[in-house]
Amino acid sequence: MIQTEDLSKQFGDFVAVDGVTLEVQPGEVLALLGQNGAGKTTTVRMLTSVLRPTRGWARVAGHDVVAEPAKIRSLVGVLTEQHGLYLRMNAEEYLDFYGKIYRLGSDIRRKRIADLLEYFGIAEFARRPIGQYSKGMRQKLAIARTLLHEPPVLLLDEPTSAMDPESARLVRKAIAGLRSEQRAIIICTHNLVEAELLADKIAIIYRGRILIQGTTAELRRSLLGLPEYDLHLRPGWQGNFPDLPPGVTLVAQSPTGFRFRIEDPVSSNPPLLRAFLNAGAEVVALQEVPHTLEEIYLAAMARVDHA
Amino acid sequence: MLKRQRQALEMVLLVGGRELRDQLRDWRIVIPMIILTLVLPFLANAGAAAAMNFASKYGAPLIAERLVPFLLLVVGFFPVTVSLVIALEAFVGEKERGTIEPLLTSPLEDWQIYMGKLLAGTVAPLVTSYLGIGVYLLGLVWQGIPIPDPTRMAQTLTLTTVQAFLMVSASILISTQSTSVRAANLMSSFIVIPMALLIQGEAVMLFWGNDQVLWLAVIGVCVLTVLLARVGISHFQREALLGREIDILNLRWVGQTFWSAFKGQARSVGEWYRIEVRAALRRQMPIIVIMALLGLLSIAGGYWLLQANLKGVAPDALQELSGVLPVGVNVPSLDNFSFLYIFGHNLRAVVVIFLAGLFSFGTLGTLLYFLNLAVVGAVLSLIDLAGGSIWKVAVFGIVPHGVFEIPALVLSAASVLYLALMLVTPRSNRSLGESAIETLAECTRLFVGVIVPLFLLAAAVETWVTPVLLSRFGG
Repeated sequence: MIQTEDLSKQFGDFVAVDGVTLEVQPGEVLALLGQNGAGKTTTVRMLTSVLRPTRGWARVAGHDVVAEPAKIRSLVGVLTEQHGLYLRMNAEEYLDFYGKIYRLGSDIRRKRIADLLEYFGIAEFARRPIGQYSKGMRQKLAIARTLLHEPPVLLLDEPTSAMDPESARLVRKAIAGLRSEQRAIIICTHNLVEAELLADKIAIIYRGRILIQGTTAELRRSLLGLPEYDLHLRPGWQGNFPDLPPGVTLVAQSPTGFRFRIEDPVSSNPPLLRAFLNAGAEVVALQEVPHTLEEIYLAAMARVDHA
Repeated sequence: MLKRQRQALEMVLLVGGRELRDQLRDWRIVIPMIILTLVLPFLANAGAAAAMNFASKYGAPLIAERLVPFLLLVVGFFPVTVSLVIALEAFVGEKERGTIEPLLTSPLEDWQIYMGKLLAGTVAPLVTSYLGIGVYLLGLVWQGIPIPDPTRMAQTLTLTTVQAFLMVSASILISTQSTSVRAANLMSSFIVIPMALLIQGEAVMLFWGNDQVLWLAVIGVCVLTVLLARVGISHFQREALLGREIDILNLRWVGQTFWSAFKGQARSVGEWYRIEVRAALRRQMPIIVIMALLGLLSIAGGYWLLQANLKGVAPDALQELSGVLPVGVNVPSLDNFSFLYIFGHNLRAVVVIFLAGLFSFGTLGTLLYFLNLAVVGAVLSLIDLAGGSIWKVAVFGIVPHGVFEIPALVLSAASVLYLALMLVTPRSNRSLGESAIETLAECTRLFVGVIVPLFLLAAAVETWVTPVLLSRFGG
């Protein structure tokens, strides 16, 4: 649905995006992570045919971003960094304006506007000037605009940045719903928790280049090494330490248990548990040591700093 | 097909309609408009009445009579100035407020956004202007002052309308090329000053009372408006609008761009002549041919104009007339002209043509070129009417240096037109600035490589050969 190959953009001497290769399938969410100025917005602008790549190519919903810009723009829903709301309009007028631009019939337009305003909880303020809206309401309205024409591809720049937790949850729910409707979605965000919650794939971009990309598990393994598991035992066990199954390495130990690095948890965890049970240990829990996306991201950045 | 066009135009109206609604909700636009509609016409009425009284007291009713349409023009023009403010921030203001990006990522086409903005910038000020004119006319009727005749009314209304479109086209062009509203405001003097001069010129024409010239002014403003709108649409680039963030005068970049376009791929002067100058000539050839043909028509026109108007005038009077012809035209009395004077004069003429063309999309420059050659035709006609031999004058007085001078003049005029055409032609991946610098470099290439050498040759022949030929064979 979204495919790029060696996508690059240069402004004069400055290389904003350098050789970005991505792929997002229908029903997939890709989180594009990176510092400010890393090239996320430029990449999105190329995917919406607003900026012309200086090298490489990109296809969105089956269309080339350079050859078919009008087609691309009608098939993509873009939430821009700045919400782009006309403050003297009210929400209904605003969505109606964009509904007409996307050539939605009047009945469909009315229904979708009502549904979206209702969903995002701004229906009762629909006739108030947008200038009187809070930041969160404005952001929800901007998202409503993005979804109005039901685009198969969504490019969302910081979709929940100004929202309270409740609204953010509402938006995340909407994004999850869109994914289940087989839309291809790219989210540019600094919110790593949100990215972890929503994204099927993560791509970390640094100075215009993709540092690393893959599923969270792939990134975790690549940047933080093998998964680690904590085995919690009932205190007071005095038995002999058993032989560990192949692919399991002891990393640390404490009075209440051990930490292991395990190559293949699916095949190694059952024999590991069995070995301790046979040695008379009373197992309280075996659980993976959680590594947040933040750790993954910071590990990626540390790798860059080191390089 | 028609349905598609209708739908496309609907988008223009949609964009324009939204902007218009936005303006009418902004008290900073609405209040001045109300004042300009209601207060200014009353002041103009009072002024007209006072002038009428004053003029009739001293037996000069003509002045007051001409003042009434002039005030009509003023009443119509003031509200139109609001359009400048609206249009100047049309794109760059939206960019600053962050509302432009959703619009640019929508399926709207460039021209639809552009024309929508143009419409929005024009409608409200024009409606205010018409209302103001209406109030002024009602006031005249109420005070018993005769309202201007239908021709003058039509001219004033047309001028007001096209001026509004001219100002909006120019403002939007600035708005698309600016990085901030502040920068756009600073550049607005490029509109305000020429407009002030235009209004002054129109005032002179109104007091003069020459209908034909006023209609010519209307046509001129129309042509400029269309060209400005065309330049705006041609160079409207979503990328440039979003990508350009700061205004820094990068003289190094300007110099490099100019030099690389001027020099081309050449590694020596010979190569530059063989490849680059020839390429420039080849590119401009269709315009050169057209300008040469139009030049011939101008000569014929000048000749015919004098023949038609001066036939029957006594030859003595014509002889006298030929004595007061402006210096520099090809009259057969070149003894006192030095080489440098002739060269400098020709150079000055093409520089004036070029500069006039540069600030008017080629139109004024081209007109000056036609005028120049029409004078040649007129001089020949005068000599003919005075009983002289135009063939002798042409062969011995014009052709020897003319073979160098006239092609140089044609090339100069063609270059001006070429520059204008390149500015109004869309070029992908080229900003307006890049386009202008590269085309200017190409025209300079011809100027340095061909026009100046031709003028040097022409001046040499005109100084040292033509006078000799004329004195021997000119009769």
